[in-house]
Amino acid sequence: MDNLKIDGKEIHNRLFLGTGKFSTDALIPDIIRTSGVQVVTVALRRVDFENQQENMLKYINKECVLMPNTSGARTAEEAVKIARIARAAGCGNWVKIEVIKDNKYLLPDNYETIKATEILAKEGFAVFPYMSPDLMAAREMRDAGAAAIMPLGSPIGSNRGLKTKELVRILIDEIDLPIIVDAGIGRPSEAAEAMEMGAEAVLVNTAIAVANDPAAMAEAFSLAVRAGRLAFLAGPGGVKSSGEASSPLTGFLRDIE
Amino acid sequence: MKVKINGQVSELNLSLSIGQLLEAKGINPGEVVVQYNGEIMEKETWPTTMMKDCDEIEILRFVGGG
Repeated sequence: MDNLKIDGKEIHNRLFLGTGKFSTDALIPDIIRTSGVQVVTVALRRVDFENQQENMLKYINKECVLMPNTSGARTAEEAVKIARIARAAGCGNWVKIEVIKDNKYLLPDNYETIKATEILAKEGFAVFPYMSPDLMAAREMRDAGAAAIMPLGSPIGSNRGLKTKELVRILIDEIDLPIIVDAGIGRPSEAAEAMEMGAEAVLVNTAIAVANDPAAMAEAFSLAVRAGRLAFLAGPGGVKSSGEASSPLTGFLRDIE
Repeated sequence: MKVKINGQVSELNLSLSIGQLLEAKGINPGEVVVQYNGEIMEKETWPTTMMKDCDEIEILRFVGGG
């Protein structure tokens, strides 16, 4: 089996699911079933006493790997605090570091993310830093002990696709850790594109959550990720600027006359 | 006494344990994490930890997120 191996776990489905923005958390079991996703992200928030909601974890299959994120953190210190709380809550040791100060484009702060990665990796977390695709920053995250690197395709929730393609390609080429494209992937074809170029996985949330039929869209993404992975393993052929016939150039019928 | 719960200052007339506070708020203890004056609390200590004046308590839970 072509599993993704991270932190001693075997991940058979390379589509990672974000669980925000669904019209109701009750959709989540169907989405997990149709897509077969195994890694699922969640966030940690204060309980709202006036408007208490049901426990969303009950909708997540026990076989799934939970990956809490540190959304809401603006500094490494805050991200570390959130990660520790999530682990204390019994969510395992996977954490997606997300440190964001920019309110318009929601771009991550690579510098603070490196600091948080270093602290949490030393504490035994499997750290997945969400980052702006920059080779130097990715190297520092790797050296700090990251389990994988999660460059963005385009701004969170934008559905704009793989706008950072060339920079992500460089990370895939240069960083000997799994590269997981996170954020901005709007369509299954874009997820396939990331996988075809050698990304090890893709994390999708908004594109599934805001689709008319989220369960069907999750299945489409899962198939696209699988197709892209197979194409990468198969080794795509080279690109040429002119045509090259697929059929033999000899034995044409006109030659008989 | 005054305590800060999830960022809001509350006036309490009697001393409650963290466990009693959760019960009063109608919260299932199995679904939340509590941070007490900046430290993560072990669940076992909730019934025996009595709130004091100026305590800061954060009650957190998991929600959908990407």
